[in-house]
Amino acid sequence: MNLALSDEQVFLREAARGALSRFKTLEAARDALDTQGGTPHGGGQAGGKGELPDLWPTACEAGWPGLLVDDAHGGADLDAFDAMLVLGECGRVLAGVALLGHLPATAILSESAAPAAAALLPALASGEQRAAYLPACPPNDVFDSWCVDPLHGSERPAPPVASAASEGHVTVSGTYAFVPDAPGADVLVGVALLDTPQGTPHGGGQAGSKPVGVAIKAGGEGVSVEAIRRYDATRSLGHVTLNEARGVLLDTPVDSLAAAWHLAQALLAAESIGAVETALDMSVAYAKERHTFGRAIGSYQAVKHSLTEVLRQQENGRSLLYYAGWARRGAPGEFALAAAAARSVAGHALDTAARTMISVHGGIGATWEHDAPLYFRRAQLSRRLLGGTGAATDRVAGELLTQAAQAAQAA
Amino acid sequence: MDLDDTPEQAAHRTKVRAWLEEHKSEAPVLQGPGALTDEDEIIAARRAWQGKLAEAGLAGVTWPKEYGGQGLGPIEQVICNQEIARARVPGILDAIGVGMLGPTLIAHGTEEQKGRYLGAMLHGDEVWCQLFSEPAAGSDLAAVQARARQQDDGSWRLTGQKVWTTNAQFSAYGLLLARTDIDAHKHKGLTMFLVPMDAPGVTVRGLRQISGEAEFNEVFFDDVALDADAVVGGVGNGWGTALTTLMFERVTIGLGGEGLGFNSARFAQAIAADPHASRDPEVRRQLGEIAADLLAVRFTGYRTLTELQRGQIPGPEAGLAKVTIVNGAIHAGELIADVQGPDALGEDSEWAYMISFLPGLKSAGGTEEILRNTIGERVLGLPPEPRLDKGIPFSELRAKEAAKA
Repeated sequence: MNLALSDEQVFLREAARGALSRFKTLEAARDALDTQGGTPHGGGQAGGKGELPDLWPTACEAGWPGLLVDDAHGGADLDAFDAMLVLGECGRVLAGVALLGHLPATAILSESAAPAAAALLPALASGEQRAAYLPACPPNDVFDSWCVDPLHGSERPAPPVASAASEGHVTVSGTYAFVPDAPGADVLVGVALLDTPQGTPHGGGQAGSKPVGVAIKAGGEGVSVEAIRRYDATRSLGHVTLNEARGVLLDTPVDSLAAAWHLAQALLAAESIGAVETALDMSVAYAKERHTFGRAIGSYQAVKHSLTEVLRQQENGRSLLYYAGWARRGAPGEFALAAAAARSVAGHALDTAARTMISVHGGIGATWEHDAPLYFRRAQLSRRLLGGTGAATDRVAGELLTQAAQAAQAA
Repeated sequence: MDLDDTPEQAAHRTKVRAWLEEHKSEAPVLQGPGALTDEDEIIAARRAWQGKLAEAGLAGVTWPKEYGGQGLGPIEQVICNQEIARARVPGILDAIGVGMLGPTLIAHGTEEQKGRYLGAMLHGDEVWCQLFSEPAAGSDLAAVQARARQQDDGSWRLTGQKVWTTNAQFSAYGLLLARTDIDAHKHKGLTMFLVPMDAPGVTVRGLRQISGEAEFNEVFFDDVALDADAVVGGVGNGWGTALTTLMFERVTIGLGGEGLGFNSARFAQAIAADPHASRDPEVRRQLGEIAADLLAVRFTGYRTLTELQRGQIPGPEAGLAKVTIVNGAIHAGELIADVQGPDALGEDSEWAYMISFLPGLKSAGGTEEILRNTIGERVLGLPPEPRLDKGIPFSELRAKEAAKA
């Protein structure tokens, strides 16, 4: 048992921190809100200044696109925890690197037996091409069907349907809403329900359908990617609508399709904890220097206790990142539980950290010029993506209740 | 990063598992059919079982070999604890002595003290208790008032009261923090003593709590005579010696937090027994939040263990794990009582006992408020709360308090 980072992992993290420090990501995030109309109630200046820096070349230089791809296909052959270290660094400075979409897609392709998947991997590993993961939430102990995020509201529809076309190919129709990093992606990889007349006993899908992995060229016929901006300009999202779009049928085990969802949860958790670290550091620094009634505000118990609460949630989140990072390969049966727990705690921690950051700074923390609102925006949107933190919390309960029921049966 | 055993650890685990398999029938039965009910019988059986565990090398694993330990690392101790839990047999009776007080003696005791006391402690022949807290000195431990006065012949006379003392009713010895110089500053005038619990003038009284049971004691000392060699770590060095004990307390909590039975699997079982509750979204949300936090604490424990293995000493942030565990268990008790209704509060309900036990546990090892102060200052580096007790002789401080009251 050893939870220490290896020298390579420390290097990976420090290198990521160094590479991202060359960009003024926070300033760019604020400028982008001004430019791109990210302020639903006004407050932004029309025709503002900047664009977000393109961080993909930096990612390629550092080898991040191939983190989860094996050597034979040009990747670094590392695991979830390594990828989570990089996402944590991105989260610290709110850097929009398109890894949340790209990495789960490469994980699905890596576990596919289809030759077409192997053919896609080298260009994705080098970053010459970029993939986006079409997210679909696997069934749980209450709802036995796959679902995707809705365009509006709370009712979660079934994933798009794939119909068999020529050998090894399908046509896919339907919509994936709020897909991370979809705009500008070259390949879309994810889960669809294969339309089969009689259904399959082991597919885990609804009658008449079976979850399958598909890879679709983003520029192909019948593929529309609508760029979506919501509240946090650093987060690239897209609605992907498919209308009989031709795709490759990936021969990927259903467990791998589910694991891609859990991986995305773990990556988002890691990114969130990175953002918590910065929010806490900045809050603590301010609480040391700002004086009221003749003493630093950090000496007041009320302020001190709220900051230790952020620390408590941050450390709980960090511990679960270790669990999730280890479980993907070390205990695959626990990966769903570990990733969902990490997502649940990290999402809550980021909300607490962002709100505390604003409170500790007082009025100035709620002004446009301050960085706190950028972390607040990150917290609010992040918690609603990829099923939302509520679904992750529910999955923690579901996994444990299933384990408990099995233990009771065995006894 | 790896949670699996190294080959050496796996070999250790196999050895421990084999011993437990062979000897678990000799362990005292504390629950279920055939369980012991007589308090004295239970204590005697658990002391004997501790002796067997120590003999087999499953207790005091990190203690040096010369004092009966194995001279191994914290991981090997955790492996033993995990295997003991897996075999569903009780662990050692004197976890406080072996986990906290013994290591304090090893660090600060004289060779004579170590030779005389450690072996009997490890084997359960002599159980120990921790005599630190007082009615007016808990989180602010350096405010202790139990007074030891040195006599002309070098011996001591001790008078005062201690409280929240686990195991005092059957302990042979206690490690006691007393004030020996009332005119020195608060933290300077303290000395640590080892006290025979059968000495004339020592009175142990059970302290009943919300559950109606007495998990703790209060202990009174009325002019108790102590030999000159009862001092541990030198006269006036009591605060430093106490800090060593508190450090081992954090380690014990960090490594064994889930040993209290506050774990996600147990709470999930209680909910799973009610199929209707298992499908209720609100119940699931609460269970998910509680369980995620408690799972986090398990891995925080592994992080602490990794630090220990690398020769680092866990800091006060390990105390945050205690905050999470206690509040998570309180929340779980609430949820289970909401699901089960009044049955959860029945006389024989394990949940009624847990629900009663937790409000007091919140303050064990220091109140949550003071813990958050300490962590804010030591870990986050926030400026300290202004203090009115620094640099003042303890006698003056007491006089000021009395004048204000």
